[in-house]
Order: sequence, then structure tokens, then C-alpha cells
Amino acid sequence: MSILSGTVELSSRLRFSIPAVWMLALAAAGAACIPLIYLLLRAATADEQAWSRVLSDTTLRLLTNTASLTAAVTATSIAIALPIAYLTERTDLPFAGFWRTITIVPLAIPSYVGAFAFIIALGPNGSLQDLLEPLGVERIPDIYGFFGAWLTITLFTFPYLLIVVRAGLRDIDPSIEEVARSLGQSTWRAFWRVTIPQLRVPIATGSLLVALYTISEFGAVSFMQYETFTWALYLRLKSAFDLSGAAVLSLVLVGLIAVVLLIDWSQRRRARYYRLGSGAARRPRLVRLGRWRWPGLAALSVLMIIALAVPIAVLFHWLSLGLSQGETFPGLWTAALRSVYVSALAGGVTVAVAMPIAIVVIRRPGFLSRLIDRVSYVGYALPGVVVAFALVFFALRTMPVIYQTIITLIFAYTVLFLPQAISALRTSLVRIPPGLEEASRSLGRGVWQTFHSVTLPLIAPGVMAGFALVFLTTMKELPATVILAPIEFDTLATTLWGHTEEAFFARAAAAALLLLGCAALPMFLLFGSDRELRS
Amino acid sequence: MSSVPEQAKDAPALVAQSISKTFGHTVAVREVSFEVARGEIVALLGPSGCGKSTTLRLLAGFEHPDSGAVLINGELVVESTVWRPPERRRIGMVPQDFALFPHLSVGENIAFGLPEGHHAWWTRRLRRLRHADAPARVPEMLELVGLDGFAERFPHELSGGEAQRVALARALAPDPAAVLLDEPFSNLDQNLRASLRLAMRNILKAANIAAVFVTHDREEALSLADRVAVMRDGRIEQIGAPDDIYYRPESRFIGTFVGDANILPGRRVRGGVETELGLVTLADSRSDESGDSFDVLLRPEQLALKPAEPDDPTPAAVVSSEYYGHDQVVRVRMPSGAEVETRLRTEVVWHPGAAVTVVVLDEGIAFAC
Repeated sequence: MSILSGTVELSSRLRFSIPAVWMLALAAAGAACIPLIYLLLRAATADEQAWSRVLSDTTLRLLTNTASLTAAVTATSIAIALPIAYLTERTDLPFAGFWRTITIVPLAIPSYVGAFAFIIALGPNGSLQDLLEPLGVERIPDIYGFFGAWLTITLFTFPYLLIVVRAGLRDIDPSIEEVARSLGQSTWRAFWRVTIPQLRVPIATGSLLVALYTISEFGAVSFMQYETFTWALYLRLKSAFDLSGAAVLSLVLVGLIAVVLLIDWSQRRRARYYRLGSGAARRPRLVRLGRWRWPGLAALSVLMIIALAVPIAVLFHWLSLGLSQGETFPGLWTAALRSVYVSALAGGVTVAVAMPIAIVVIRRPGFLSRLIDRVSYVGYALPGVVVAFALVFFALRTMPVIYQTIITLIFAYTVLFLPQAISALRTSLVRIPPGLEEASRSLGRGVWQTFHSVTLPLIAPGVMAGFALVFLTTMKELPATVILAPIEFDTLATTLWGHTEEAFFARAAAAALLLLGCAALPMFLLFGSDRELRS
Repeated sequence: MSSVPEQAKDAPALVAQSISKTFGHTVAVREVSFEVARGEIVALLGPSGCGKSTTLRLLAGFEHPDSGAVLINGELVVESTVWRPPERRRIGMVPQDFALFPHLSVGENIAFGLPEGHHAWWTRRLRRLRHADAPARVPEMLELVGLDGFAERFPHELSGGEAQRVALARALAPDPAAVLLDEPFSNLDQNLRASLRLAMRNILKAANIAAVFVTHDREEALSLADRVAVMRDGRIEQIGAPDDIYYRPESRFIGTFVGDANILPGRRVRGGVETELGLVTLADSRSDESGDSFDVLLRPEQLALKPAEPDDPTPAAVVSSEYYGHDQVVRVRMPSGAEVETRLRTEVVWHPGAAVTVVVLDEGIAFAC
């Protein structure tokens, strides 16, 4: 009892000071801002030479390259995702359930692994050329450059759009379409006049995801040797160690992202009219495909063969080729262990950091919590290269001790993936009526006890989902890992990166396959917890 | 479970002393004061947005009052420099949605607030495998609310009425000083409410506990509470026994809010107020205020009808009649065009168009214009 009365006094004083959860949330959001703030500082103090060195024809070329790639990838992703979403949600396509799952799976393949697989399949001296040589084909079109970058990034990012559009399609009240039909519109015209306009917000959201991803993309464009901002930034940092130049380049890149966000924001303001109500109660009637189901099935099959079967087959092919030639794989298991270790650490830290932010955002709505929410999403828009570079700079300037240590690396992952953890926690936190926590308080449990005995067990699925998401993305992360990992600390991603640069394709293939295996693990976890949430 | 401190034995279980609360620019609660004795049930009745739920949250400790004080069993829990958090107030809550912990069984929900219930959730989860030794209080509470044998069930397996009783049992289990219920019947089926009201009253009386409940349903307030506090714009306008509130409302608002009412304009005369229905005697001396014009409030059941005399030059006429079986509501248009509502027994059925005379059976309440 004496301990309890102690807490009474403590909380009576706390009433007039800042509660712990706010302090934690503010600290977390502040830390997430460090990279951006340092970048701005550095760019502001850069000498004129750095600006002129960077702001030249090269920059213009980088800008057009990045912008055209982003536009092309986004447009193609819409063109792929929209029909797939419709086919799998609204038609009597055979095995719709199977297609619904399998079309999301390309997301599990890091785009640089895909790029690597396409290079060894379609590149010069690649598998395809080996196959075609006996037929007298000497040269196949070059995979490097825009085409390769566009192909790989599109194939491995369109599921982002697909997920969002599909959810949007499910949320549409089927009776709206039925009303349109009863007003004399054909299925097809009802789709264009009623369904598509309602999908504007999901399409915009998904496109934003894909566009941001493409701008930030590092691995695939590097492998495909297509010069975008991220690659140029990396080269400037790695070969010239031109910190000021890199800072200026980063700033231009951040500016580009700001423009994209601004476009999205203005679109959204206009589209507010289309905001969807809560989900539809009824399943819509399925459209009968009839004869059209064969071309539908064929298109889906071809897409999945290119996006899934080809890369995996090629990787296995090279692995077996390497094995048959007695190739050794030094350090592969260590790298795998390190990948899992670093990813698990990043997952745990990020979820812990995200927790106070999620609690504040959901339970204490207001100006400050909105600000914290926005600020913590900074990492979402910043490319990994930029965050990594800013942290190199930050560490060298303020705490050289942590430069090239695992601390900086985990810090980078946390900044980059904090939004994923926050949104996972938010989704499950928002389902818990605050009345439960109040009931616990009125039954004599304090703030921490309530969190521990009521909130935490109830949001356990969200915690798991957040952890699994961060684990998965950390496992796949390339640029920050390459730039920030301690010397000699090779993970699967950096092993793949190094071996590809040195053209050890068999070793790279082994690392890639192991990476896919490790990444598949949390995917199962995710789907598992998803099921738990639903029940 | 701590017992009531000696010096507080005589103190009311719950006292609100002119508590106020403002959100931004809206005053939610203004200087609300009332007391609840042990074993008494008080209803806070008012239209939505009148501040009744906020009052409840102020008592429970989920909101900080801007001014005023709250005493529980004679101990100060809130004042300008005193603050006791909800978990130290010994106030049970039954939220509107009952808020049963979905991850705990009924027994574990009830044990949640008991000292023995303070186990980490994973150890409890392990214990469940060994058929946890539930604290003795759990079956006792289940018996009180009439749910013996429900301990192993989970919240999603309960009907609305059962969930409500579990929430009540959970709130009562730690032997709180008072229990607060927020719109306890709003989530329940309309047909169940009447029977559940009686059950709820019996449970609260058996537990002999101070209870405050919030409602916007006048029938609920009048039938369940010992005293009803009518709230409007953050203020308690009147607090009293149900029949006091019903037959002796202190304001026109209360008169019309707690029941159907006829408001008739009239002139003060000796012995009462002269209205279109004739002389109405007044129920309370308060009506001796100065002034000439008054409005008189009469409940529909305070009126009766009889067929108009054949020589009555200006009879009233029945406009509509709703037949309910146990009674009927008959609307009558007076010669002046004003309509009055009467609630009558059903030996005689009145049909629209019938010429009638309205008879005043009871004393009215007058409000100065």
C-alpha cells in the first residue's frame, strides 16, 4: 500500500508537468528529424563551389532521368494494378483467391534482387543469350539503362498500388453501382462513371507510394546503371567523399520529393469529395467473364512468370551452376545471421520508439500530436541514401565514436521505417475503445499497469505486425546498409551488392536466395497475425 | 479491499461541490453540486450535450475539473491542489459500451480490480491452463448479478444484457465507494430495457451502493432512480424524487422534458389560475408570485373527458386518438384553437370529431410569463 500511495503523490505532481508518454513521443519524433535537419544545415553552410559543382548540366540530366523513370513506373503500375484489382475482386476469374495472394508476392522480392536476376537472365552473356546463341542470335537488346530500371522497379512495386486500389474497390458500396445500372448505364459505363471516380483517392495514394519508392530507389538503378539522383549521390559520397556536394544533391532530391508530395496534397484536397464512407456491408455481384477469362488468365500468368518465376529460376540456375563448378560461399551463413540479427534489432527498436507516438496520436488528439505524427513520417519520404548520408555526416560531426557502428545503422533503420511501425500500432490501437483503459483505471490499475495488462495484450497483433514489417524491410534494405554498416560487417544485402560489383554471380545468387528465404519468414508471420486480427 | 474509514461512516458516499469544466470555449459543466448517499441511486437526466457524461467523467477522474471539489466517503479527491487519479478513487465505472476486456474471460474480467487479480497477463494466461484459482469474490459477484457458471465464458459469447451485468459485477467486485453508469441501457434492445432496469435496480440495492447513472431517457430515470437530477446546459436545474420532478417541476423546461405536458395560458385569480379549461388550483405556494399572466402545466393524465352538454355552444372536439390498450392518448381542440393532450383509461373509446368537455382532475403548476 505504501508503494501505491507513493505513486499517488507522484501522479498528482505529474498532473502539472509533462506526462512520460508525451516526452517519449516528442523525443522519438525529434530523433526522426535529425537527418533532415542536418542535411539542411550542411547544405546551408556549403560553399558556393559545391553548389556550382553540383548544379550543372549533370543535375538537369539527373532530374530528367529521375522524373521520367518515376512517371513511367507510376503510369505502368496503374495500368497493371487497376485491371488486376478488378479481375480478382469483381469478376468470376477462376482461382481468384490464389491470384489475389500471388499478385502481392513480388513485393517480397527486393527490386535490386530482381534487377540482378534480370541482368544475369537478359544481360550480355546472360542466360537468354546463351539459349538463343545456337539459333544465330548474336545480340539482344540492352537491358541496362532506362528500360531495365523501368522494368524491374515496375514489376516489384506495382503491388503497393494493387493493395491500396483493391482495398478501395472493396470499400465501395455496391449499391452505388447498382443504382447507376438501374439508371440505364451498362456495366462498363457504370464502371467508368461511378467506380473509377470513387477510386481516385486509392489510386492517388498508391501512386504516391510507388512514386516515392521509385525516386528513392537505389539498388535496381545502380545495377541497371541508370543515372538517377540516388546513384549519383552514392558515387559522389563513395568515390569523391564530397560531403558538401552530396548535401546539395540530397537537397535537390528532397526538393523533388517535396514537389511530388505537394502535387499529391493538392490532388487530395480536391478529391476530398470522394472520401469513402465505412466499408460496404454486402459483397457486390461478380461480373461474369465468359470467354474473356482466358485472356485474363493468360495475362496474369505471363506477368507472374516474369515477376516471380523468372527471377527465382534464374537465381537457382546460377546457384546450381556455381555449385557444380565447386564454387565456395565464404561468409554466407554469417551474413545471413547478421541480416536476421540486425533486422530483429531494428524491428524491436522501431516498434518501441513508435509506441509512444502511436499512443499520443490515437489517444491524445490535438495540434501537438498531429505535429508529432507528421514529423515522424519524414523518414517515409526520405530516400535511404539521403538518410544514410546525413547520418554519416551527423556521426562524424557530433559523435565520431558511433560512426560505422551498429548504433548508427539501427538509428537509420528506425528513422526510415518508423512510419511502418506507427501505422501498424495505430491500426490495432484504434480498435481498442478507450473505455477499456478507463475501466482498468477505475478498477484500480495505474497508467503503466493498464498499458501492461490491457493495452499491450490487445495490441499484440499490431506489435507483431509492426515488428514483422520493419524486419522485412530492414532485411531488404540496401543503400543505408551499404553506406553505414560497420567495416567487415557484411549482411546478405551487402554481400549481394559486393559480389555483383565483382561479378561473382553464383555467390550473389546464393545470397539473393537466402535473402528471399529470410524475408519470406516475416511475411508468413504477417499473414498469420492478419488472420488473428480478423477473428 | 479497504473498508470505509471510521470518521467517514456518516459522510455521503459521493459529493460533488460546484464542479465546473470548460472545453475550449464551451462550458460543459457549470457549478454542479449534489450528494449521493450509500445505497442511493441518482440519475443525471438531460438532453444530449447537457454535460451529464462529463460530470460522470469528472467524478471518476478521467477529466480534471476547472474548479470545485469531489469527495468520496468524506475524503477529498479533487480540489485545486488535490488530485487523486482514477485508480485510487474507489469508483466503479460501467461505460456505455460496457468495455469488457475482450482478452479476458468473464471471471478474469470480474477479478481484474481485485488485489488477487494483479497478475501479469501472461502468467494469468498460463494459469488458465491449470484452471486458475479465481478469487472467492468472483463467484459471489456472479451470483449477485445472476450469472452463475459464466466465469469461463468470454465477452464475445455474451448477450447485451449479460455483458451489462458482467460490467456491473466487475465494477462492484472491488467494493467501491460508488458506481457510475454511463447510459447503461442505450446499447440494449428496446424490449429488454424495462426488465433489465428492474434487475439493475435490484442488484444495486442488494449491493447497497451509491450509484449515479446518466441517461437521456426520462422513463429510465424516473423508474430506476431514487432521485433524479435534471441537467441542462451544464447545470443541474432540479434534483428531487421522481414524483417531485414529474408533478412539481421548477421550470417549464423540466416540466416538458420529464413528461408529456399541456401548457395553458391563464390569468391569476383568487384560488388559482383561470384558463380555457376553467379554474385550475395550484399545487404549490411558489405560484403566489406577483404578476398577472401565468402558464399552467397539466399532465395529460390529469385531465378527463366527458361528452359535451347538448346546449354547450362551444364544445371542444376530439382531433385524434391513439389506442394503446392499457390507455389511450386523445388530442382535443379547444374552441380557441389550442390543443390539449389527455391520457385516459380505455373503458370509453373516443373517436375523432366527438364533441367533448375537458375536465381538470388535479392541481396544476404555474409558471410566470
